Amino acid sequence: MIQFQYERASTTKAAVSALANNANAKIIAGGTNLVDLMKRNVMAPTKLVDINALPLRNIKQQNGKVIIGALALNSQVADDKLILEKHPLLSKALNAGASAQIRNMATVGGNIMQRTRCSYFYDTALPCNKREPGSGCGALEGVNRMHGIFGTSEQCIAVHPSDMCVALVALDATVVVSGPKGERRIPFEDFHRLPGSQPEKDNTMQKDELIISVEIPDNAFSKNTHYFKVRDRASYAFALVSVAAALDMDGKTIKEARLAMGGVAHKPWRLKEAEKALAGRPANEETFRRAAEIAMQGAKAYKHNAFKLQLGSNVIVEALKNAAGIV
Amino acid sequence: MDKYKSRDKPERVDSHESRRDFLKTSSILTAIAVAPATVAKAAEYNLGEKISTAFETTPVNLTVNGVKKQLSVEPRSTLLDVLREQLDLTGTKKGCDYGQCGACTVHVDGQRVLSCLSLAIMQEGKQVTTIEGIAKGDELHPMQKAFIKHDGFQCGYCTPGQIMSGIACINEGHANSKEDIKEFMSGNICRCGAYPNIVKAIQEVKNGGQQS
Repeated sequence: MIQFQYERASTTKAAVSALANNANAKIIAGGTNLVDLMKRNVMAPTKLVDINALPLRNIKQQNGKVIIGALALNSQVADDKLILEKHPLLSKALNAGASAQIRNMATVGGNIMQRTRCSYFYDTALPCNKREPGSGCGALEGVNRMHGIFGTSEQCIAVHPSDMCVALVALDATVVVSGPKGERRIPFEDFHRLPGSQPEKDNTMQKDELIISVEIPDNAFSKNTHYFKVRDRASYAFALVSVAAALDMDGKTIKEARLAMGGVAHKPWRLKEAEKALAGRPANEETFRRAAEIAMQGAKAYKHNAFKLQLGSNVIVEALKNAAGIV
Repeated sequence: MDKYKSRDKPERVDSHESRRDFLKTSSILTAIAVAPATVAKAAEYNLGEKISTAFETTPVNLTVNGVKKQLSVEPRSTLLDVLREQLDLTGTKKGCDYGQCGACTVHVDGQRVLSCLSLAIMQEGKQVTTIEGIAKGDELHPMQKAFIKHDGFQCGYCTPGQIMSGIACINEGHANSKEDIKEFMSGNICRCGAYPNIVKAIQEVKNGGQQS
């Protein structure tokens, strides 16, 4: 790891100022991703700003929404009574991610900011437009078994690795960020971006902004939810494909649905057309198959990840069946 | 022979010292060059109390296995390296060093974490418990006893991390079934053929109602 300056910020304003005054400064909270990337020389910030002293750990109910502080730990959120009661989908997604040790360290803000696990991004000997713009994409013609099938570009086909974010996009969350001009609210769907010609930019936040909290509006989806993650081993691995499904049921009819996928795109992938196809329909295999078919429209596979097209469809159906309780 | 020695020794010492002196001097110069601006900026932006420049060591207070320690660490030193190399607590193992194997699992303020991904400078004022700190004198921790009884190790390298994780697994309330234990022990990835034995050991301690 190359050397760096280290500062502890005692206020949000101080943290934002530190970012604004050093283009190579990075925020550190849990450090589970950043320290790893620094050890591998993928990232080399010249300054770390430790924000653990900021009062951003609380989870509370306020004005029809649940507000989760950016420094709340993944394990804390997963076990939180309010989250288990109102948004069990989030708890399920969190527990599907990483390991118990990492969930005890990783924060909500850090989880949102985590970088892709694409092996070409991690290997500094290989080209990667996300790590080094203009160097090319090793994955495009390389071993791309883990890579994207939606919204990819000629510059980058990496996927966002978070499970938590798949649940948050399905739950219509909002990310609250703070910058030199004050606070700003970004709908979760607009927070992460597709690679396009600038894959080095993971999200729509400015360099001098800091995540303060995540808000989830109250909804009627708490009773019928499922997070289904398919990976190469039973646990502690990133998703090949994952699906967050939430249904608002009226008897056996779906009033409204929420559906999002992980492991398939540069961002957590919301499936709005499929949601529309589920609304007002009976909860059965036929409905779910049709929704899955709609969801997978526009998917484009690469040499080694064609299996994700069929797998994605099947995982959607299974997630919906589990959410509806008809397994 | 003596002549050779006496001539050789001072030379070697000299060259060693002069290199060290050079490093010291250059570190101090770097610190001087960087420090005033950083301190001024810190005051200006109301930053927190502790600032460490790149090549400077900073005092950190930790309580390790119940003993207060004042250490001096570089910002890039991990808790794992400080435990092993500054405190000679080599029970905590360096496996992958990238947060993937769990061999470096310790408890910080009662929570299990990966010491290889924890910067020591960020642990100021915290309580750290390592495998060396769980026995009471010669009396082994129930989890250590259960690991021995059920042969929960093969080469033993992953064992300290497994034991620290096993204790936490019970304290967190995630040892209610075999499936639960397997899932919540999945961050300790090296278990060779000892998987079922480790599960048995954790179940035994859990059923004995033992908490750390």
